[in-house]
Amino acid sequence: MYRYDEFDAAFVADRVAQFSDQVKRRLEGELTEDQFRPHRLMNGVYLQLHAYMLRIAVPYGTLSARQMRKLAFIAREFDKGYGHFTTRQNLQFNWPALKDIPAVLTHLAEVEMHAIQTSGNCIRNVTADHFAGAAADEIEDPRPYAEILRQWSSIHPEFTFLPRKFKLALTGAPADRAAIQVHDIGYQLTKNASGETGFIVYVGGGQGRTPMIAHKIKDFLPVGDLVAYTQAIVRVYNLDGRRDNKYKARIKILVHEMGLEKFMDAVEAEFAAMNKQELKLPQAEVERIQAYFAPPALPSKSVRSEALEARRATDKKFASFVENNVSPHKAPGHGVLTISLKAIGAIPGDASAEQMEAVADLAEKYAHDEIRVSHEQNLVLPHVALDDLPAIYDELVKHKLATANIGLISDIICCPGLDYCSLATARSIPVAQRISEHFGEGARAAEIGAMKIKISGCINACGHHHVGHIGILGLERKGVETYQITLGGSGDETCSLGDITGPGFSEHDIVGAIETIVDTYVAQRRGAGEDFLTAYRRLGMAPFKKALYERDKGADI
Amino acid sequence: MALFKNGVEMDDAWRSLPDGEAAPASGHVIFPFDWWLEERGAFEGSNVPLGIRIEPGTDLNNIAADIKRFSVIALAFPKYGDGRAFSLARLLRERYGYKGELRAVGEVLSDQIQLMQRCGFDAFEVTDAITAKALRAGRIPGVTHFYQPSERTETPVGVRPWTRVSKA
Repeated sequence: MYRYDEFDAAFVADRVAQFSDQVKRRLEGELTEDQFRPHRLMNGVYLQLHAYMLRIAVPYGTLSARQMRKLAFIAREFDKGYGHFTTRQNLQFNWPALKDIPAVLTHLAEVEMHAIQTSGNCIRNVTADHFAGAAADEIEDPRPYAEILRQWSSIHPEFTFLPRKFKLALTGAPADRAAIQVHDIGYQLTKNASGETGFIVYVGGGQGRTPMIAHKIKDFLPVGDLVAYTQAIVRVYNLDGRRDNKYKARIKILVHEMGLEKFMDAVEAEFAAMNKQELKLPQAEVERIQAYFAPPALPSKSVRSEALEARRATDKKFASFVENNVSPHKAPGHGVLTISLKAIGAIPGDASAEQMEAVADLAEKYAHDEIRVSHEQNLVLPHVALDDLPAIYDELVKHKLATANIGLISDIICCPGLDYCSLATARSIPVAQRISEHFGEGARAAEIGAMKIKISGCINACGHHHVGHIGILGLERKGVETYQITLGGSGDETCSLGDITGPGFSEHDIVGAIETIVDTYVAQRRGAGEDFLTAYRRLGMAPFKKALYERDKGADI
Repeated sequence: MALFKNGVEMDDAWRSLPDGEAAPASGHVIFPFDWWLEERGAFEGSNVPLGIRIEPGTDLNNIAADIKRFSVIALAFPKYGDGRAFSLARLLRERYGYKGELRAVGEVLSDQIQLMQRCGFDAFEVTDAITAKALRAGRIPGVTHFYQPSERTETPVGVRPWTRVSKA
C-alpha cells in the first residue's frame, strides 16, 4: 500500500500546524465562527447535534494494521471506545472535544493519516473499489490513480472554495463496487483496442435531494491525461456551478441545466486550451506510485482448499460464512474476505476499539497487513489464503465479527440519522436494527438472497437510499417520523434510482412493510436464481404497490 | 483599507472609477467591467495606464483582446467562500498571458492569501483588520509543501517527481 515519503509526512505536519493555529485563533476570537467554519470542515471537523465529530480520511479505503490500531487507540483515548465507518470509506469519531482535535491529528500523522478534505466545499477523499488489487474481475488496480488524484487535489489552490463538495470514485473492474455513477466524477479503468489503459469518464452523478445518474462523457481517456482532464472538469464547475442555492450547487445540476452537450463542449474546450504538458502524468510517475500497490507475494496454492472444505462439511455456520463473506481472488487458493460490521441488531458501520484491534491482528497474521473499508460500511481483508479461513473465522467469532450476512438483507447501509446528525429529520439506526433483527442472518436471509437495503435519515441521502434495492428515507411529518420506501435502486454498473412506492410508513409499520415487499418478491420470483433487483426490473412496481397499500388498513402490521 | 503588494504595504496609486465617469488623461483608474466595454473605443492605441475590475461570473472572452493593455486587474471576492476568482486568476495568467498586477478585492482574509498567491495574485486589498495586522507582521498562514504546479516559482526539491514542490 501507499507509504508516505518525507514530502508527504512534511505536508501533513504542515497542515496539522496550520489547523492548530486556526483553532487557536478561533479560540482567541481572531476568527469568527463563520470564518473558521470552512477551515474546520476542510480538516474534517463537523459540529453535530451533541458534539463535534471528526471524520478521518481513509484514502480509497486502504489501511494497515498499524493504522487500524491507532484508530483503536484514538477511539479509547479521545472518544467513547468506538468509531463509525462511513459510506465514503472514512471513519468518524462522534465525541471528540475540539481542544483535543489537534492532538488527535498529530497522532494520526504518526501513522500517515489525516482528516484533510473529508468535508467542506472541496475535492473530498477519493474512493475506490474496496476489492481493488485483489478481485478476480479486475483489469488493473485503480488505487494508484486514486492516490495521484488525492495528492493533486490536496489543498488545491484553485479548488478549495468550490460551489459545493466534490467527490471522485474509481473502479478498476467492470463490476462496479464503488458506485461511480453516483459520484461527481467516476472513472472506470478500461483497455482500448490497442491494449492501452485508460478511463471511461462519468460526470454529474449524485444522490441527495436531487438524485441523478452520471453521464458518460468519454469512452477512453488516456492515463496520462487523468489529472489534466479532471482539472478541466473541475474548472468548468468552479466557474459556472451555481452558488445561489446550496441545494442546486453540485455539478449534477450544472450538467442538467447547461445540457449535457454544452457541458461536454465546455470541458473539451477547457481541456484543449490548457497547458496539458504541465499536468501530464509521466509513465514513470505512474509506475512509481503503482510500485507502492504491488500485490503481495502470495504462495502458489491449488484452487481447492482441503482445510476449508473439511470444516465446511461439518460446520454449517462456517459454510454460510464462506458462502456469503468470501469473494473470488485473482490468485488460486485465495479469497477476498469481507468482515461484516452489521452484526444482527448492531449499529451498521460501528466498530469497537477491541474489534479494530482484532481485525488489525488478523490482517497482520493472515492477510499481508492490508485492511479495506468498504463503502457498504464493512471491513475487508483483501488477500487471505482459503486454508486460513477456519482459523480467521474462529478468531472473528470471539469478537462478534463473524456475521455471515454480506450482501444479504441484514447487510444494511445506514447513515447516523437523528441519533447523531444535525441535518437528520428522522432516526435511521433503530430502523436498521429492527430490520436486521427481524430477518437475521439465518435461513430466512439466505432464502431472500442478494438484497441491499439502504437507509437515510434525511433527503441528503448519506445512507444511499436512492440506490438501495430497497431504499428507506426517514422524514418528519407534523412532528412524527415517517419512512418513505423506494424500490429497484442500484449503485452498481447497472445503476438505477429507486422508485417511490407511495405514502410513507410509520416507525411502527416500516418493518412490516419491508416484510410485505420481501414476501411479494419471494412469491413472484422465477426461482431463487432471480434476485430481488432482477425480479423488480421484470415485475415493476405494481405488485408491490398492491401488496403494500391494498391490504386491510394496517391490520396485519 | 490597506493595499499589500508582493508582501509590502503601500499607498494605492489607483482609484476605482465610478460608472459613467470619464477617465482622466493620466489614467490610474480601475474601470468597472461594463463601463469599460462602453469606453474601450476611446482608448484604442492609447497606452495610458488603466485597470479593470472583474466580478465572478464574467466571461473573460469578452475582453480577451484588451487584457494585456491593463496594468491592474482587480478580481472580486464578494464573499470569501466564492472561489470563482481563483479560476479567473489562473486563466488570466495562463491562458491570456497577463503579466500585470492581479489584485484580490472584496472579502480577502489571511487564510486565503496563500491560495490566491498560488493562483497568480500579487496584490491584496484588505479591509479586515486582523488580516491587515497579520500581513503587516508578515504572517501568512499556509503550508510549505505543495502537490500542484502553480503560478509561483516554488523551488523544486531535489528530484521531486512530477509536480511536488516545497517552498524554498
